[in-house]
This record gives sequence, C-alpha cells and structure tokens, in this order.
Amino acid sequence: MEITVTVNGTGYTRDVEPRLLLVHFLRDTLGLTGTHWGCDTSNCGVCVAWLDETPVKTCTVLAVMADGHRVRTVEDLATGDTLDPVQQGFSDRHGLQCGFCTPGMLMTARRLLDDDPDPSEATIREAISGQICRCTGYENIVRSVRAAAEIERTADQEARA
Amino acid sequence: MTTTDPDTGFRALDATPMGYGSMRRKEDARFVRGKGRYLDDIVLPGMLHAAILRSPHAHARIVSIDTSAAEAHPRVRAVITGETLAGLGLAWMPTLSHDVQSVLATDKVRFQGQEVAFVVAEDRYSARDALALVDVEYDPLPAVIDAQHALDADAPVIRDDQEGRTDNHIFDWEAGDAAATDDVFARADVVSSCDMLYPRSHPAPMETCGSIASMDPVSGKLTVYTTTQAPHAHRTVYALVAGLPEHKIQIISPDIGGGFGNKVGIYPGYVCAVVGSIVTGAPVKWTEDRSENLMSTSFARDYHMRGEIAATHDGKLLGVRVTVLADHGAFNGTAQPSKMPAGLFHVFSGSYDLAAAHCAVTGVYTNKAPGGVAYACSFRITEAVYLIERLVDVLAHDQGWDPAELRRTNLLRSEQFPYTTALGWEYDSGDYPRTLATALDMAGYDELRAEQKQVRSAYERGESPMLMGIGLSFFTEAVGAGPRRTMDILGLGMADGAELRIHPTGKAVLRLSCMTQGQGHQTTFAQIVAEELGISPDDIEVVQGDTDQTPFGLGTYGSRSTPVSGAATAMVARKVRDRARIVAAAMLEVSPDDLEWEKGAFRVAGDPAAAATMNEIAMAAHSDLELPDDVEGHLDATCVYNPPNLTYPCGAYVCVVDVDTATGQVKVRRFVAVDDCGVRINPMVVEGQVHGGLADGIGMALMEVMAFDTDGNHLGASFMDYLLPTAMECPSWELGETVTPSPHHPIGAKGVGESATVGSPPAVTNAVLDAIRVRHADMPLTPAAVWRAVRGTPLRTDLAIG
Repeated sequence: MEITVTVNGTGYTRDVEPRLLLVHFLRDTLGLTGTHWGCDTSNCGVCVAWLDETPVKTCTVLAVMADGHRVRTVEDLATGDTLDPVQQGFSDRHGLQCGFCTPGMLMTARRLLDDDPDPSEATIREAISGQICRCTGYENIVRSVRAAAEIERTADQEARA
Repeated sequence: MTTTDPDTGFRALDATPMGYGSMRRKEDARFVRGKGRYLDDIVLPGMLHAAILRSPHAHARIVSIDTSAAEAHPRVRAVITGETLAGLGLAWMPTLSHDVQSVLATDKVRFQGQEVAFVVAEDRYSARDALALVDVEYDPLPAVIDAQHALDADAPVIRDDQEGRTDNHIFDWEAGDAAATDDVFARADVVSSCDMLYPRSHPAPMETCGSIASMDPVSGKLTVYTTTQAPHAHRTVYALVAGLPEHKIQIISPDIGGGFGNKVGIYPGYVCAVVGSIVTGAPVKWTEDRSENLMSTSFARDYHMRGEIAATHDGKLLGVRVTVLADHGAFNGTAQPSKMPAGLFHVFSGSYDLAAAHCAVTGVYTNKAPGGVAYACSFRITEAVYLIERLVDVLAHDQGWDPAELRRTNLLRSEQFPYTTALGWEYDSGDYPRTLATALDMAGYDELRAEQKQVRSAYERGESPMLMGIGLSFFTEAVGAGPRRTMDILGLGMADGAELRIHPTGKAVLRLSCMTQGQGHQTTFAQIVAEELGISPDDIEVVQGDTDQTPFGLGTYGSRSTPVSGAATAMVARKVRDRARIVAAAMLEVSPDDLEWEKGAFRVAGDPAAAATMNEIAMAAHSDLELPDDVEGHLDATCVYNPPNLTYPCGAYVCVVDVDTATGQVKVRRFVAVDDCGVRINPMVVEGQVHGGLADGIGMALMEVMAFDTDGNHLGASFMDYLLPTAMECPSWELGETVTPSPHHPIGAKGVGESATVGSPPAVTNAVLDAIRVRHADMPLTPAAVWRAVRGTPLRTDLAIG
C-alpha cells in the first residue's frame, strides 16, 4: 500500500506492507532510530511518538493507520543546538541512565507540559505510568519533568519581561 | 560545587568539576536527542535478518525437522538447524559453569522457548514468516518443573546427553564450619527456622539482546556487534568455541539499553548469527522479541532456602545454618567465579558478628531456561541478604523483639574492621551502627511504630481494613570481583586493564575493558582521571566496548566497574603523573624530588612561581625537550589492576507500607535508603544507581515472578504477565549516606550498582509481613499472595495457582 505520512514536518510517501508497524516504518523504512522498540504488547512505552498531537505506542499502530497523518518523534524536539526544555530537564536532573526509554518518556513529557505547564508529581507519575524505565526508579524522571516545567516558566517570564 | 534544591533535595549542577562531584553526564547529549546507537539501530550494507524457531514444549524428543518449505520461501537465504551446526561441531557450546548447552537442539528440547532452528532472510518480517514454515515433529516427555522434585527417584532425566547420567543432580557445595555451627546451635537458647523461596525472576532490560555478525570472507575477520556487558570475555569464548584466533575477532558493544546481568552470557542466537554470516556471506542481524528475552535468556535467583538462626535469650545472634536447593534450569550456565558454584552466596552471615555459620547448596537441573546469576544480584548476594534479613525478622517475630533493636545490638562495630566473617570473607570497612541510626532517624522510626499501633487498633476494632508495616534491612554487599587467586571466569582471572594517553595539547583518551549499560562510565571514569591529573572531564574521552580498541578485562557486572576498572583508572593516571613529574623536572631544570603536585600542575618546592601545568607538560613530553636516558617521552601508561580484596558497601533501608487486607493490595508509602559505598565519584550518578535498585526491590518483593505450570509452560513470557514496577508503584525515594572509604581501593570507592537491588527486597517483604503479622510468606507479595497469607494459607508463588 502506498501511504504518505508527515514525519517531523517532512512528507514521506512509501509503499509498505499493510501489516508494517509504525515503529518499524519509522526505524527501518525512514531510518529514524530514536524511537525504540521494547515489548510488542503496548506495555513498555519505549516506542512512544506522537500521532498528530497524541502520544501513541507505535508498536501497536500500523503504518497504514498513519497515512495522511502527522508523526512527531524525539528527533524533532531539539532546534539545532538548542534542546527542548524536556531534553534539558532530563539532562539536568539525571532523568536517564541507559537512555532506551528516554525518547518515549520525552515525547510523553512534551505532551504533558503542552497541556499542563505546572504538573504535580502525581500528575507526572500518572502521565508516564504506561511507560517502563528499568534504570531510574522514576524519581529523577519526575524531577526532570518538573525541571522542564520550571525552565519553560522562566523562559516565558523572560519573554514577557 | 553543588547547591541543594530545597524543593526536591536535588543538587543543582554548576560547571564541570575538576574531579569528583555531580556533573551532567556526557553521554546524555546523544541520548536525549534520540541519537544513541543501540544494536538494532545499526544497519550494515547487505545485512540480512534472522529469527529463531523455539520449542513449544518444556521437554520433548525431536523426531524430525523439515525445513524444505521455509527454504523455498522467496526471501529466505538460509535455514540452520542443530544438524547443520553438528556438522560444524557447533551444536553445543560451553557454558560459563563448566557445562555445555545446546545452541540449536539436536536430540531433545529441554525448556519451553529453547532454540530449534535459525532462519536467515532478506528482511525482518520474512524471517518471522518463515518460522511458521519449519515443520518440527516432537515426542513430548514429562517435564521436571518443581525443583523440589528434581531429585526424586522417578524424575525424568533431563540431561541424558551426558553419558551415564541417571539423575538431575548438578553439584553439592558447602561453605563454613558445619561442626562449629552445629555446636553453636546446640548451645543456643533460641532457634528460629524458616523455609523461603527467592523466586525465579528476570532482569528484563528495556532493550532485548541481539547480535550482528559479519564475517569478511577475504580477511577472515569476524566482526560481531552485540549487546554484551563483557566484550573481551565474549571474544575469548568465540575464539575457544569457533577456533578463530582472537586477532581475527572484533567484538563491538554499542550503546546498551540496560543490562543488569542479562547481557553477560553468550546466547545461541549470537552463535547462530555468526554461522549465518559464514553461510550466506553477508552480515546477519538477530534480535530477540520480548517473549524470547523473558523465556530463554538469563533468568535470576530461583533459590529454595531453609535457614536457621540461633541466638541467646537476650538477643545475641550466634549462628546461621542454611540448606539451599538451587534451580539452575536445563543447562548449568550461571556466570560466576569458577570456584564458587553458588556465587558469593556465602556472605549470608550478613552484617552481624556471628560465632559460626554454614551452608550447603545443591544445584539441580529442571526443564527451565538456563542462567542463574543475573539481575543485579552481585553473584547471588541478593539471595544471601534476603535470607539473613528475613531470618532476623523471623527471629524477632518469634521472640517478640523489635527488629530494629535486634539489628542494632548485633551489627558489627566499626572497631571490628577489617573483620573476618565466620565464612572467611574479610570485610574492609564500615560504620554499621551509624548507617542504621541515620536511616532510623530519617524514617522517624519511633513515630512510625506509634502510628502503626493506632492503625492496627482501628483494624482490630473493625473500623478499617488497612494495616501499616515497617520493614528493615541492613545489607553488606561484596563487590569488585575479584582477586585473581580466588576468582576467575572460565579460567580468566578477574583483573582489568586500563590505558591512558595524554595528547600533546593536554587532552586525554582513556581505554577500558568494562562496559557501560547506563551507569555513566563515559562521565565518571573521566572524573577519576580528572581528580588524579587535573584535566577536565570534558577533555577526556573514554573508550569502551570495542575489543580492537581496549585492553583486556572481564567486563561490567557484579558492581565491579568502579572497584576494579575504576582502580585501574586511578592507578594508570598515577603512572602518567609519575611520568609527568620527570618531564616537569626536565622542563624546570630541577630534581623530580623538588616538585610538589597540586592538581593540574607540578610546582617547585619553595618557589611557587616555578611551575609546569599538565598542558605544558603534555606538550613538552612530545617535544624536543631532553629527557633522562631511561625516560621514553610522550605521556601515556598502561595498567592491569588485580584487586587485593572485594569492596564491601553496606546500607540500612526502611520501608513503610500500607496493606489493604480486604484486597491484599500493598502500597509502598515511603522508602528510606542510607547507602555507604565509600567515596562517591559523582553523587548524582550514585543516587541514580540507588533509585533504580530500589525500584527493583519493589518489583521483586511485590510483582515479578516467573512461574510455570506443571507442563512447563512459562507463565511470565510477556510484560502483560511479568510485571515490572511503574511510576505508580514507586514512592519518592528518600536517600541518605554515610561514607567509610575502602582502605584498599586506590580512591576509597566501593561498587554501588547493585546495592539497592540486593538490599531492598527484604525491606519491602519485611514491611508487608510486619503489617499483617505473618511470620513468613514468599515473594512476590501480589494482592493474591497477601490475601492468602492474611488468611493463613500462603501460596507457592513459583507454581501456577491451582
């Protein structure tokens, strides 16, 4: 099947098998390996990317379901050398160790902060509850998202000043 | 310099420190951008993809394998079976425990998920499609699932590949003085005993295992990209198994998405990928799916333990006696020091001053996957710590003693170090009473006990189904394997190399044998060099994970990187500093003895203006400066560090839980962890390591188990069934520290990678059982297990609920 998907602002038209998973379309067809694969069963969330504005587990979305839609991955977060605040927050607060769950966590965190610029610890924990990290015990991920929110607030205040 | 954020307790990061201190990790720059390079991200030109057909049976004879339909698939390039491998002498391979294991099954399958055939195809999906086209006829056999029946007279013999074998017995091993221990028990006022299971679990890193093999038919050089924590050990094993010389084998370990011991061993898929590349003449990539990872690669634990603890009437601990039945699965493949079939289990006397202790461990085969030492266990110290810390609580329960007081009065005192245990370990340092006191203070132990009383009285009045529990553990870890005279793996002594070169402009490259899987070596090892030489960590490149580029060493597991490779790093940096002193003396035209080291420069004693910085020394070392005749010039050094002893970190943990007796649900309300790992190179990274291990404790104590039904079906083969903690199960960790440097480690550091994984499960278990006032119930304390325990009928958690 021929599909056209806009990934990180660029349109890609490809002929794919109907059964091709979106995660494999991103990784193998387009070479965007920032989105990882981890479990097959929608439990681990290392494959989270945005379908339009919504974080989805791309291991359980068919590539053909993204036809005519937009996909946003971790590769789209930074602007040149400037990190997105969620990336900066994770780096500042040691929100990652092996880095394998990180792209998915970042994409969920970005959506969360777009919806709620000042999330509580409980809100952050719930937002990432469908994603597993084996390294951090989640503490520093929560702190990282809080730090990202703080970075954005500071930037907003500076912009207004 | 760091400052503490009052809101989060987190130390805000300033500039890169010239040595130790919290700093942002260098590796994060690529990871947060999605630019890590993990195994499955690598694509080689012309690369093929492989998949493995696995056994649906736990125990069955293979009658026939028909690969013709798979071979006829238009995109399939090769189908490899045990028969193919047998022709190459590769159907079986050595394990790390002096056994052999099947690469692809020839005679029988011996666990569900065992490797039977290997299909190489032009793409990922076609390889999987073709698995369904391989026709295997099996003759099912009765399976041995319950280790407690593995030695029954009528148990099916699993390893009939071994000539003359009539049972499933692997080894008997013991440690300690049995007679002295019996004597202590005979004289004891009180004895408590308890049967306990440390269930089979799995490290389950987020990235599964995989390998890309590429055999160059012209040069005869084999390149293997693989998810390994021990690249050099892998190269040696490939050399021994395949008969290839080591200079024709290059092992490259790219970024690793978590290891936790899962990525120490060599799996059949890795060997098959090599054969696949030889057969097809193209690079072959094989990666596991999650079920394959959980069903076939290194499991952890599976220790059935009976422990006894002896004490006096007034609470003085005297001795511990243990028998263990160790379920090793179908092949004895534990990865641990050769002379220690039960790993370092015999540190089970723990943190207490005992007169005598003894253990007897029996290993058995069952129809389950091989493995056994994995999941951040420090070579079975998880099992040992769980045993002693559970026994202490059982004794306290039986005698009505306070578990904190019982621990406090029996802990080793700081003046007793170095302390030789009843089992022969020489603990290097510690201030155990202070560590425990710190944890109890942080937790507010007395207040918690008072609150617990109120909660219980409401429960007893029938006003609430809720109970509250407070659980303690005090662990002693033993990490940094190890001294060559006592510790080897497959005959390879456990010393690590390091190579350090200072470039002419004063920048440096450090080459190491250990392999980061998220621990942040790229940052922390640069900090060790920075501390020793005064070169910024930003100017030091750390090279790991490529056997062509690094010195030999045994790899990263058992929390050995900092104790062994970290020591090698400090020592090689000091060698460079010694050379730099000679160069500086030539530059300043003084005797080397007249120079004083001040981080980053040598100064002439009594003439502080006369100095040479490391940058100046580095350039001079490469210049036309005349050096003494026996000094070669340049500024580099190599070192092999053979640790004189293990390092012995410790910690005191307090867990507070709320238990709903109506549903069996446990909520971990608080977790206080005070760790002493000696000198901390990067406190931020240390805290991260502890956080991760604490989550493991919640997982193991409350959620994770690999159970089997009577036919040997694996009941934890996906993340829907093998439950890992999420952010919802984990509380906000409360960390504290004490620091007693290791006296024998060059920088006083001790390993910390597994401390929390080792120390936390008994704290959680003790808390739950404290809440419900049950003497013992086995992990994981799932709602079902707790509900049953409350009603006096605890579950066998390792078997299917019948």
